[in-house]
Amino acid sequence: MHLFLIYTVDGITNGMVYAAVALALVMIWRATRIINYAQGAMAMFTTYIALIVIRHGAPYWLGFVVALATGLVIGAVTERVLVRPVESRPPLNAVILSLGVLILLEAIAPMLFGGQTQSFPVPVSNTDLLVGGTSLDISPFALFTIGAVLIAMLLLFLVFQRTTLGLRMRAAAFNPEIARILGIRVGRMLTLGWGLAALLGALAGMLAAPSVYLYPSNMDEVLVFGFTGAIIGGLESPVGAVAGAVGVGLALSYVSGYVGSDLAPLGGFAILIVVLMLRPQGLFSFGRQRQV
Amino acid sequence: MSTALRGSTLLRHGLFFLALALVLLLLTSFVFDAYTNYNVTEVAIYAISAAGLTVLTGINGQVSLGHGALMMIGAYTTSVLLTWHPDLPMILMLLVSIATTGIAGAIVGIAGARLRGPYLAGATLALAVALPQVPSHFASVFGGNQGLTVVSPAPPAFLGANFSPEQWLAWITLAAAVITFFVLANLVRGATGRRFRMVRDNEVAARLAGIDVARTQVLAYMISAACAGLAGSLFAYWVTLTSPSGFTLTLSLSLLTAVVIGGLGSLTGAVLGSFVLVYLPVKTGDLATTLNLPSNIANNVPTAIYGIVLIVAILVFPRGIAGGIASIVRGAGRIVRSSRSPAALPASPESPSQ
Repeated sequence: MHLFLIYTVDGITNGMVYAAVALALVMIWRATRIINYAQGAMAMFTTYIALIVIRHGAPYWLGFVVALATGLVIGAVTERVLVRPVESRPPLNAVILSLGVLILLEAIAPMLFGGQTQSFPVPVSNTDLLVGGTSLDISPFALFTIGAVLIAMLLLFLVFQRTTLGLRMRAAAFNPEIARILGIRVGRMLTLGWGLAALLGALAGMLAAPSVYLYPSNMDEVLVFGFTGAIIGGLESPVGAVAGAVGVGLALSYVSGYVGSDLAPLGGFAILIVVLMLRPQGLFSFGRQRQV
Repeated sequence: MSTALRGSTLLRHGLFFLALALVLLLLTSFVFDAYTNYNVTEVAIYAISAAGLTVLTGINGQVSLGHGALMMIGAYTTSVLLTWHPDLPMILMLLVSIATTGIAGAIVGIAGARLRGPYLAGATLALAVALPQVPSHFASVFGGNQGLTVVSPAPPAFLGANFSPEQWLAWITLAAAVITFFVLANLVRGATGRRFRMVRDNEVAARLAGIDVARTQVLAYMISAACAGLAGSLFAYWVTLTSPSGFTLTLSLSLLTAVVIGGLGSLTGAVLGSFVLVYLPVKTGDLATTLNLPSNIANNVPTAIYGIVLIVAILVFPRGIAGGIASIVRGAGRIVRSSRSPAALPASPESPSQ
């Protein structure tokens, strides 16, 4: 029972990191009907930049802010320069383009930062909290991870639901043609959407790096698990993406705890297949079945 | 003779691929050195797998980000069988690998037939990440992370004592590639290919025309997987070591990018893409060595350039190398035609049929 608790806490903590990635993927999917396979690589890149800032003596929090800001810029520039030309083309072109960005970033990173695996600092302790001599099975950093992702989600929710800017972005994603007629700069909204998504990805990168370490392909698996979560939830629903990603985190944690850590990805795959066999559009997508 | 050629696709393809086989035989025997043969074998292996992926993604419209995992099934079938029965002939290994991977492909296809677009992409991506964990976990059968050693086939005695195993493997691989492309070229031109394309272009119309969409998709997956199995089996002989690290996510992604870079939906494109996949790193690696770059830069120059080529190609040649060549040829033809007949109608910028 105690082990179960430990695995559950681990699963939720990792799941929140996957949730940040999943949410970033869903934001981009809803806005531009593109899966950004380079999301993880972008996060890896911004995390390296944070590491450089921190290594130069700056506090962790400055590195944190720099990483998120760089993410915003990388995401926005990618959309404006590379993605815009392929948005109206067949979907596979966008897939290949984002794979190209992924390959390029993972090749440039070792050129700039060195290819060896590096440890990454934590802002708060990584050891489990003790209260009166008994362990609470959760570390301050795990709490920070869960809290940071929750706050990011709350902020995004407020921006999208309570501000004019958010309303414009939703309109641009929902129906670009009508939005344009109403005077919304749709292109700018898409650029901003990609930027915000990459910012969220950068957050995931910062939170994942202390446990998966930092190397050029360190976010590959995180991306795959985040994507798995987003698909399980149904790509249309932000809530579904978060729920799916936390579910994947839990499943991976239980499989690696009770069966064997090397089989964890297989467990994730099995759950994905089971869910998709029952609901090919994911758990949280309603209506709009593409049928004859 | 010419009417018979025009009438029978089978005859025309047969003659073409026979001629191709002869040219390849001469090239590998008398022109290429050992290193070139080694690289050409790699091109042929990727081309077989990419051709299968072309049928699946290009002709049938199903995306696969997990074809490396299917190649892995083929490679492990061969390697495990060889550990148990080292004396069995190679042809049997290839056939069994084709069969097991084909069956695995049918299973993936049955699951995949319900999925569309990013859902299928995500499921195959998860497969590509998950499957390499199996041999690591079940080490007693699959040799764990160290992998299984595979002995390259010895050339038959009548070829002489000096005949190298590399050249023999190049012969076998190229023969396998020529046969694969012959079969696929006929399949794509025939009724099956038309059904595949119809399902890709309009599922509703295909269903109305009496096509069983799900069965067609499963069949496409099976054929595609069978090619991946053959490629995987040959890959095992070529690498001489089958381990999980040989079948990374990168392999799966490379295959898809090769198919698109070459020209989606074209078998010629699959070959061109495989050439890019093998020779771009070789050539750019040479360049990096001559420039005397520091090792952490030089080692990654080929990958970086591959990434740049992908991005630029998709922006500039959205229909791949094969499509790019075709449009250049068409453009040149148009110039020639218009110079012959200046009174001709102004050429429309884009023909309506595409």
